[in-house]
Amino acid sequence: MIAVFKRELKSYFNTPIGFVILAVFTFFGGMFFSVLYESGSPTVESIISVMSSIVVFITPFITMRLLSEDRRQKVDQVLLTAPVKISSIVMGKFLAAFALYSAGFIPTLIFQFIVATYVSLNWAIYFYALLGVLLLGAVMISIGEFLSSLTESPVVAAALTFAVFLVVMLFGSFVETSNNALLSGINTAISFVERFSNFISGVFSFNDVFYMLSLTGVFMFLTICSVNKRRWA
Amino acid sequence: MIEVSSLSKRYGNFLAVDDVSFSIKKGEVVGFLGPNGAGKSTIMNIVTGYLSLTQGKVTVDGYDILEEPEQAKRRIGYLPEIPPLYIDMTVNEYLGFVYDLKKVKFPKKPHIDEILRLVKIDNVKDKLISKLSKGYRQRVGIAQALVGNPDVLILDEPTVGLDPKQIIEIRNLISRLGQNHTVIVSSHILSEIQAVCERVIIINHGKIVADSTPEELSKELSNDYSIVVRVGGTEEEITKILKGVKDVESVNCLGQKESGTLDFVVTPKAGADIRKDVSERLAARGKHIIMLVSNQLSLEQVFMRLTYEADVAAVVAEQNKAKGEGK
Repeated sequence: MIAVFKRELKSYFNTPIGFVILAVFTFFGGMFFSVLYESGSPTVESIISVMSSIVVFITPFITMRLLSEDRRQKVDQVLLTAPVKISSIVMGKFLAAFALYSAGFIPTLIFQFIVATYVSLNWAIYFYALLGVLLLGAVMISIGEFLSSLTESPVVAAALTFAVFLVVMLFGSFVETSNNALLSGINTAISFVERFSNFISGVFSFNDVFYMLSLTGVFMFLTICSVNKRRWA
Repeated sequence: MIEVSSLSKRYGNFLAVDDVSFSIKKGEVVGFLGPNGAGKSTIMNIVTGYLSLTQGKVTVDGYDILEEPEQAKRRIGYLPEIPPLYIDMTVNEYLGFVYDLKKVKFPKKPHIDEILRLVKIDNVKDKLISKLSKGYRQRVGIAQALVGNPDVLILDEPTVGLDPKQIIEIRNLISRLGQNHTVIVSSHILSEIQAVCERVIIINHGKIVADSTPEELSKELSNDYSIVVRVGGTEEEITKILKGVKDVESVNCLGQKESGTLDFVVTPKAGADIRKDVSERLAARGKHIIMLVSNQLSLEQVFMRLTYEADVAAVVAEQNKAKGEGK
């Protein structure tokens, strides 16, 4: 698992994609921070909240190559014939993507320190928001990894992932206007984006954490099944 | 070392491997021979655990590939048809990755350096794999299979797409590896198998059609122990002498292949070995034998006979049947 993790993390920086992703995170984070700083209310939670709207666009680029590229280049043969469990391969790749994603939020820690030099802060609220956005990332990456296991084309994987995120979000706004009990029930079940807003409000709920973790687990499991399934095809 | 029993693999309605059984002993160098699409790669993919099987059982060193895949895979180094390489890594990085992936216990640097030297890629070890030529990539693929020094090496068409010099190099490498590994090599090039393997398994339409040494195979398939003799003299003269030899059934002149000599096919009665008598008799009559070889089929001919002729026979039978029904 560590070998796969290391290789995958390094591969982000063998091409410009890793640098671009970190640059985009830093750029938008910095921009939001400077705007809020100017307006005089720089709460870092709200920066994280705004940044969460761009992760929808970035995550598909992080996950698109995870399993599809290996299959396209036939490198999956070296992974699957090595004495390693499929779950370790899937997990190693997931962790690499998650590490890159998490690194994108390091600047928010710097913002928090800057603000803390002026006013006294409730760090718990910041860390809870950070936890929220990381869990949001875990869910999105696991979905992206699953979708990249279904195709040999990274582009198709990215498009599928983005489409899924979009549908989930649009479904949420559609349900709001429809007032249907069944639909809103479905929405509560699938809308990880709305769950995320609970983390920003600063009210700790074990429910929300558990929801995000289990959704991640479900998609990791589906990914393992999907990789395994192809061997039996 | 490798036991395969009643192995079948079905893709939808297509039966890619049909009830295949064989067993390979430790230290054997075995060639899988068959036309493209015969099922060679599928069998290799199953033995290495890349694909699952529909029916049957595969064990490597006693470990079942489905029940204890990690133990079984630990004993196998695999070079698939297309070398599985991360082209954005250097050769050294890639082999280091494979080393970590396979959880090898030997000290890392000496082990990788030894492999680099063995397959002669130490001069490109810091190059990106994407910059390497096909021959070098193939060698990196073999190097990858050697990481962890597994007992069994499975090489799927290791010389495809290489130039003649590279082919000879890879072939020599395989022969060298065969001295202390169990090796399975697949190929549709016959001379290659003949050069490196002590045993050939011929596969066609997912079935084993022959399993023997290259020599045995050609002997079995040639109809008898007939020999070809090249000798100086006239046709009548020599034919007369040869017909006088004990146990000779028939003599056929093939004409002149080398100036001043004639070639004859001498067929003995079933099971008799006439080589000694033929040479003695000709020498006694003052006729010099320039060449005496057994009239065995070359592996090429064996292969054609086992694969294509069988196909043709099947088609003819089918047509005859259709004709019969038409009437």
